[in-house]
Amino acid sequence: MFTLMHEGRAAYAFFERNWNLTKRYWAWEVVWLVYNTVNAMSVTYIGASAQIITGIKFDTSSLILYLLIGTTVWSYLSVTFEGVTDMVTFERWEGTIEHTFMAPISRFTHLVGSCWYAIAHGLLFTFLQLLIVSAFFHLDLSQANYLTAVFMLLIGSISFIGFGIGASVLPLLYTERGTQMSYIVRAILLLVSGVYYPIEVLPAWMQPLARISPATYVLDGLRAGLQHNKAIWSPEIWSYTWPLLITGVVSVPLGVYIFGMAERYAKRTGKLKRNG
Amino acid sequence: MSAHDLVLDTALPKHINTMQDAVVIDGVSKIFKKSRPLVRWSGKGQEVKEKKLEVRAVDNVSLVVKRREIVGILGANGSGKSTLIRILSTLLIPDSGHVSIFGYDVEKDERMVQRLINRVSVEASFFKKLSPMENLIYAARLYNMPGPQARIRIREILIRLGIQPERIDRPLENMSRGMQQKVAIARAFLTAPIVLLLDEPTTGLDPRSKIDVQNFIRELREEHDATILITTHDMDEAEALCDRVAIIDQGRIIALGTVEELKYAVQERMERTTPITMNEVFMHYTVAHLITDAAIKQYGSWEKAFEAFEADKEDE
Ligand SMILES: Nc1ncnc2c1ncn2[C@@H]1O[C@H](COP(=O)(O)OP(=O)(O)OP(=O)(O)O)[C@@H](O)[C@H]1O
Ligand SMILES: [Mg+2]
Repeated sequence: MFTLMHEGRAAYAFFERNWNLTKRYWAWEVVWLVYNTVNAMSVTYIGASAQIITGIKFDTSSLILYLLIGTTVWSYLSVTFEGVTDMVTFERWEGTIEHTFMAPISRFTHLVGSCWYAIAHGLLFTFLQLLIVSAFFHLDLSQANYLTAVFMLLIGSISFIGFGIGASVLPLLYTERGTQMSYIVRAILLLVSGVYYPIEVLPAWMQPLARISPATYVLDGLRAGLQHNKAIWSPEIWSYTWPLLITGVVSVPLGVYIFGMAERYAKRTGKLKRNG
Repeated sequence: MSAHDLVLDTALPKHINTMQDAVVIDGVSKIFKKSRPLVRWSGKGQEVKEKKLEVRAVDNVSLVVKRREIVGILGANGSGKSTLIRILSTLLIPDSGHVSIFGYDVEKDERMVQRLINRVSVEASFFKKLSPMENLIYAARLYNMPGPQARIRIREILIRLGIQPERIDRPLENMSRGMQQKVAIARAFLTAPIVLLLDEPTTGLDPRSKIDVQNFIRELREEHDATILITTHDMDEAEALCDRVAIIDQGRIIALGTVEELKYAVQERMERTTPITMNEVFMHYTVAHLITDAAIKQYGSWEKAFEAFEADKEDE
């Protein structure tokens, strides 16, 4: 009971700290939002211009929505993923990581405590981006089921976070270039998960990778929900939900485990220290 | 206001046996390996080179600190003081030997040990854009303090250490180094550790602030029964504060005792009649490794070799 309260308090400490940091670095948030929004718009315009590119007349609105969903999920994945890895990068940078590691809390609380802020932040961020981008396009949302959309994002978050925790080993061990190294994890997810195209166009050997990427299922689920009005309890959505549950339940403990191994390695080799 | 009112008793484990020794360091060693160059040269020199890539930062150190004792660790730059403190604070795993805090092993009972200790490092590491309050409330929650109570204590403790009230809610990055160091000290004191590890806590503080911090350390011991390990380059501080002093050189403890004992030992060895200062004690012990067997032979005795060495240095 005592321990549980302690871990709860600690988890809240991370949430509060990250919120304070966001407040102090608000200008950075604006820059990031503009960057993501502009990116999302330029991708979505590919859909709007499809008639001109191909010279064939057809209704582009479903293509536009298809790409818009891609940019949204991609943004959400990037922001939550980065919310997790950035915290380690930042603590390495400031040198506070030694204090955080010295605190009498479990690594699970530490990492998951940072993550639920990343989810809240990611959801808000993505929503704002979506709001801005949709203003530029004529969207056909007559078949949209928003409940399914939010549900898929939330279920997917668990896996994104697991991947994020695993990837934050890189900034933990390689202070200077670790963050850049973690981009590779995201880039591979972008390639194989069918963010902007159906995975069927990928070479056969890449397709199994798509099957283990949580982003694939989130995207499929979101498209089924927003383009075909599938409800959460429909069999189709369920077929995307259970793989996400499995990757989530596996990837979070696995991520924490890998992080723990990296922590021990760092404590053996003296890699935590910056100076002093 | 006394230190007792300022620190918060965060339900310390009842089963701590306070009759036990607070800190037991038993044959601890730590070697750092420098990363090897990508291209390896083969040949005769290799053995030697491999050796050079290792730094024996802490070399078979043993030390027992009793409860309520203040022990100072003195030594030259790079002698291994911070490494030893890091091992005690669960941030480094020793290659060999054991450390226990009130009977709890720093490696096996990591969480338990963490609840008992806190550490101040030379560099005040904080989220620099956040205010002292925001930084400390984060620390307080990690140590299981309820927010509202912690807020009050933080304010009190910071003011007590001489931080102006209006600074408490402004970003830390605008504070001077010494002020940041005070906030770092407050962070450690706040969690009411029963073993406090201070790595050059007063480096960079003005003389008055140094005394303030020293008084606070004493009060923590008097009223909170804290045990304190402190490293410092300030000999006056060591003399004023420490019950015992350990002098460490190249990772080894080469002298241990009260200030009086150390002074007496050096006086004897140097065959001097005039009183010895702590500075001289430090010089004497930390130069030991520079005096070679060859020099002792040449000058007839260790003391003569030492004098010659000192004279050489003055000539330069
Ligand atoms: N994390 C690390 N990785 C590699 N080498 C290290 C590490 N930490 C310390 N060392 C080396 O170990 C030796 C002891 O360093 P340490 O920081 O313990 O000295 P110190 O006594 O605290 O010195 P100072 O008085 O300058 O603070 C030095 O040679 C240092 O270069
Ligand atoms: Mg040091």
